[in-house]
Amino acid sequence: MNVRRFNWPLWVGFLLTFATSLSYFFVFVWFPVTRDFPWANLLLFLVAAVLVVAGIRRGFASERPHPARSKIVTSIVAALSFGVIALFIFSIFIAARWLPASKGAPQVGQKAPEFSLQDTSGKQVSLTELLSAPVNGSAPKTVLLVFYRGYW
Amino acid sequence: MCNSELRSIEKNLDKLRAAGIRPVAISIDTPEESRKLSQQMGYTFTILSDSNAEVIKRYDLVHAGAGENGRDIARPAEFLVDTSGTVRWVNLTENYTVRARPEQILNAANSLK
Repeated sequence: MNVRRFNWPLWVGFLLTFATSLSYFFVFVWFPVTRDFPWANLLLFLVAAVLVVAGIRRGFASERPHPARSKIVTSIVAALSFGVIALFIFSIFIAARWLPASKGAPQVGQKAPEFSLQDTSGKQVSLTELLSAPVNGSAPKTVLLVFYRGYW
Repeated sequence: MCNSELRSIEKNLDKLRAAGIRPVAISIDTPEESRKLSQQMGYTFTILSDSNAEVIKRYDLVHAGAGENGRDIARPAEFLVDTSGTVRWVNLTENYTVRARPEQILNAANSLK
């Protein structure tokens, strides 16, 4: 291995950790198979980690032209790379579970609390209306209420 | 995440409607914000605005302080309500990256008598 040259595995691995984190939010989140469990991102992180480890070995090799500087740079870049991976795993597997228990939410068999809210045109719409107004020309069988976080 | 869920509803709207399901999305966004979102994403189902989180409170779905500037928002949740107003299926996710999929909703709706 020619260790005197540019330590490309380290830098490519480092950039890949960032690209992988962003790819979840900009690409993989759109597909339920890669959203619900981020296996695509974990695979990419694995590739990045292998590159960074190769980069560490290269950066710590004694034949480097500036061994001291190389060790410092390698350590910082490797720490940042693993930090990015750790942050992603923390956000998706731990922080994303910090949700209220919602023990008082309506359960199967209970009545759904009535409401009346404005739609996008500012018109008041009640649950009763939603349950009775026709869908495709006939009365709906069910209304699917989807509560979501919002704030776009 | 939420937009991903709403998009999958829009993509499966014909199937959902054919099964007699009317999807309705609810968040704290104002009607204008929701209108912009609908236009931008091409959503054609009903989106309701619960700006002061009153209905979200009534359904015990408040995620306190989790929104922008510490605003109370809704935790993700899905309910199927039949025409008598009775809840027939509930999905309260434990991880906000994991949402009900259209197939799951269709299965739940089709298993009702």
